[in-house]
Amino acid sequence: MIWFVAGMLLIALSGVPGLFADRHGRGGERLACLLVLAGSAAVAGGVIIALASGAPALLTRPWTVPGGELALRLDPLAALFILPLCLVVGGGAVYGLGYWPQREHPGNGRRFRLFYGLLGASMLLVLTADNSLLFLFAWEVMAVTAFFLVTTEQERAEARRAGFIYLVTAHAGALALFALFALLAQETGSLHFPAAASLAGGSATLLFLLGLFGFGFKAGLMPLHIWLPIAHAAAPSHASALLSGIVLKTGIYGLLRLTSFFAVIPPWWGWTVLLLGVISGVFGVALALAQHDLKRLLAYHSVENIGIITIGIGLALLGRSFGLPELTLLAMSGALLHVVNHGLFKSLLFYSAGSVVHATGSREIDHYGGLLRQQPWTAVCFLAGAVAICGLPPFNGFVSEWLIYLAAFGASRGEGLNLRLAVLAAPALALIGGLAVACFVKVFGVTFLGAPRSAAAATVNHDAAPSMRGPMLALLLACAWIGLLPGTLAPLLQSAVATWVTPVKAVNLAAPLAPLPLVGATGWVLLIYLAGLGWWLHRRTRQAPRDVSTWGCGYAAPTPRMQYTASSFADLLVSQFRFGLWTERHGGKVSGIFPTTREFASHTPDAVLDRVLVPGFRSLARGCSWLRARVQNGRVPTYLLYVALTLLTLLIVTAR
Amino acid sequence: MTELSNLCLLLVILVNFFALGSSRLTACIQAVALQGAVLALLPLATHGLSSHSLLLAGGALALKGVFIPWLLLRAIREVHIRREMEPLIGFVPTLLLGALATAGAFIFADLLPLVEAHQGGLFIPTSLATLFSGFLLLISRRKAITQVVGYLILENGIFIFGILLAEAMPMMVEAGVLLDLLVGVFVMGIVLDQINREFSTLDTEQLSALKE
Repeated sequence: MIWFVAGMLLIALSGVPGLFADRHGRGGERLACLLVLAGSAAVAGGVIIALASGAPALLTRPWTVPGGELALRLDPLAALFILPLCLVVGGGAVYGLGYWPQREHPGNGRRFRLFYGLLGASMLLVLTADNSLLFLFAWEVMAVTAFFLVTTEQERAEARRAGFIYLVTAHAGALALFALFALLAQETGSLHFPAAASLAGGSATLLFLLGLFGFGFKAGLMPLHIWLPIAHAAAPSHASALLSGIVLKTGIYGLLRLTSFFAVIPPWWGWTVLLLGVISGVFGVALALAQHDLKRLLAYHSVENIGIITIGIGLALLGRSFGLPELTLLAMSGALLHVVNHGLFKSLLFYSAGSVVHATGSREIDHYGGLLRQQPWTAVCFLAGAVAICGLPPFNGFVSEWLIYLAAFGASRGEGLNLRLAVLAAPALALIGGLAVACFVKVFGVTFLGAPRSAAAATVNHDAAPSMRGPMLALLLACAWIGLLPGTLAPLLQSAVATWVTPVKAVNLAAPLAPLPLVGATGWVLLIYLAGLGWWLHRRTRQAPRDVSTWGCGYAAPTPRMQYTASSFADLLVSQFRFGLWTERHGGKVSGIFPTTREFASHTPDAVLDRVLVPGFRSLARGCSWLRARVQNGRVPTYLLYVALTLLTLLIVTAR
Repeated sequence: MTELSNLCLLLVILVNFFALGSSRLTACIQAVALQGAVLALLPLATHGLSSHSLLLAGGALALKGVFIPWLLLRAIREVHIRREMEPLIGFVPTLLLGALATAGAFIFADLLPLVEAHQGGLFIPTSLATLFSGFLLLISRRKAITQVVGYLILENGIFIFGILLAEAMPMMVEAGVLLDLLVGVFVMGIVLDQINREFSTLDTEQLSALKE
């Protein structure tokens, strides 16, 4: 535990020495990076020591805040969230050396690193806090520091808007959490977290709904995901990776921790969570498909993956309600593993996207094209991340989705029609997976293949810097490791599930994971075979001319603009989801035999934020100002009437 | 003595109705002067002849019955207004509302948590009725002068309430009530003068031209 706390303090203070360093020098950022790396290593070491000891590590110190206690608890459930956090926080610090160097960003580099360290440390505190007040304290620090990361480039209006919306949602969620923990304290009589499965009855329903709202805002469940796309797009890429990979997961962690307190889980909780998961998954990926901003698109994929995780949690809750330990184990380990996996491959994707954005200076996918030649490392890393996120072997996404699939099919063997309906989660997962593949084919094809679509893409002359490449490769290795040898994580997963719910009877993950190494190995053999084939082809065609455009059916004057664009590629699928996306299309109608120049643009605003909340609140504001103009109309008699009415009301109140 | 005070209070209510229903400003001001004079009798009727109640009665008579009405009469003579034209709420509806408010005040006074000694008397309902009549006048009239009259009637309502507490209330508070009134009239007088000079009208409707 001492290692853990020391590492947490190192990460928290990593940005402080840099504040005193030279504005344009490299010393501050190197020191900060070193401190974060040392801190991450210490935290990871502390977690591994705690796990090896078998019992949850505890640390309790008095705190002067009334009812508060500096109580930390490091159990396998928290460990499963902390380990990827160490990798992503450490990797992000190294990545930042190349992506956000101090000499290119003298104005905000030091501030960024200060809040980066604070965010990492506050998340560690959130994940280990064993006291409601400490948890809320860490939660607020996390929310505020993340706000400063989102508004790093505060001179841009987009970043300011993203920061504002993030702050509003973060505090709306935190408000629900304050109510939640106050009720919880009333129920248990102390602000200390109750033991697992110790709460029965009482205001369980209210607690669950408050938790779902508060934690759902942070996690980005579908109707509450509004802050995600803009915040992820506005933040620098390694901050987006941290936000998407880890910060969202604290919401999932909170939901898991909360549900572990209850002894009895009504079935409708599981159904609600499952339904929300399916909605998030399907609409998240559909919205992603319709985007042409690379980082916004990746942010919508976070919504989708949170949906997949939530499907797993919903199935696990159903397993608990109906008393099916196999279902619970499979679904929960799938969800937990997907938490880890999403942290890894989404960070990998954001890092590679950051490398592309850094090289071209644009986030529009339609401004890229043909980057494979200039950025082979980035392309390979992005491709690996894309394969992983689509849930294809031989990478890690396949393993966690496999477990959730198994759980969904396991539900079909349950008693009664009611539970069997949960098998419908499987086709939903398949739909999500298929759409994700389509989306990443679009992104990879438009970005890295074809011919450059803009001058910026044509003049790209550098791949990711070595300091950016390192973390990407580390994440790639981690993804490949989990994909090939998932059995190594099985004990940790099993003990994490046991922390969440005490198993009724012995169930094991070994059997469901058994075929996976074979699948992974087959995948790698296939990949190596393809690579060999490619290398052989490359050697055979060494003599052939290199820069030949694709055969255009004999058309003599092809231009790069005649390629598939991001929106035209996705249009077929996007049009299937028009009922939920309401894509705006401008122009594009051609008439006559010799049409003049025409323009076409399509734009898909967020279904909840831009279609419901912004117009809704705008008309509310208009209504309020109308009402104010009526109430405060500048006539003295009206004000006197208010005085008289107030007097009358007061008299009525005092009357017997 | 109760007979006398009840008579006075009934007279006060009648004057309220007269003020609410009358469009002639001079008559209104004279009615308020009468009300002030009747009110000056009340301390004597309730608390007997003592130096305290004599002082109160003398002050009320001088201020409410003579000085302020004289100021107002002088003001309307200077600005040449005789009648309240086009009130915001018509005279008959105002009267009806006043009757409703008075009836309500009588019902309501029974529900208020009061000291034993004050229950059942006419003081509280009359005070409330006068208060609401004053408010009604303030709300429903346009001319600044009528509003001052409304303000005076409102203050008279408070004064009736204050008489009940004349023995419990220290002298200073009573003086404060009168002073408050005096200041209010002076301020209104200055405002009237200003309005008249700036806008050459006393219609407060014109004042709302200043709003956003």
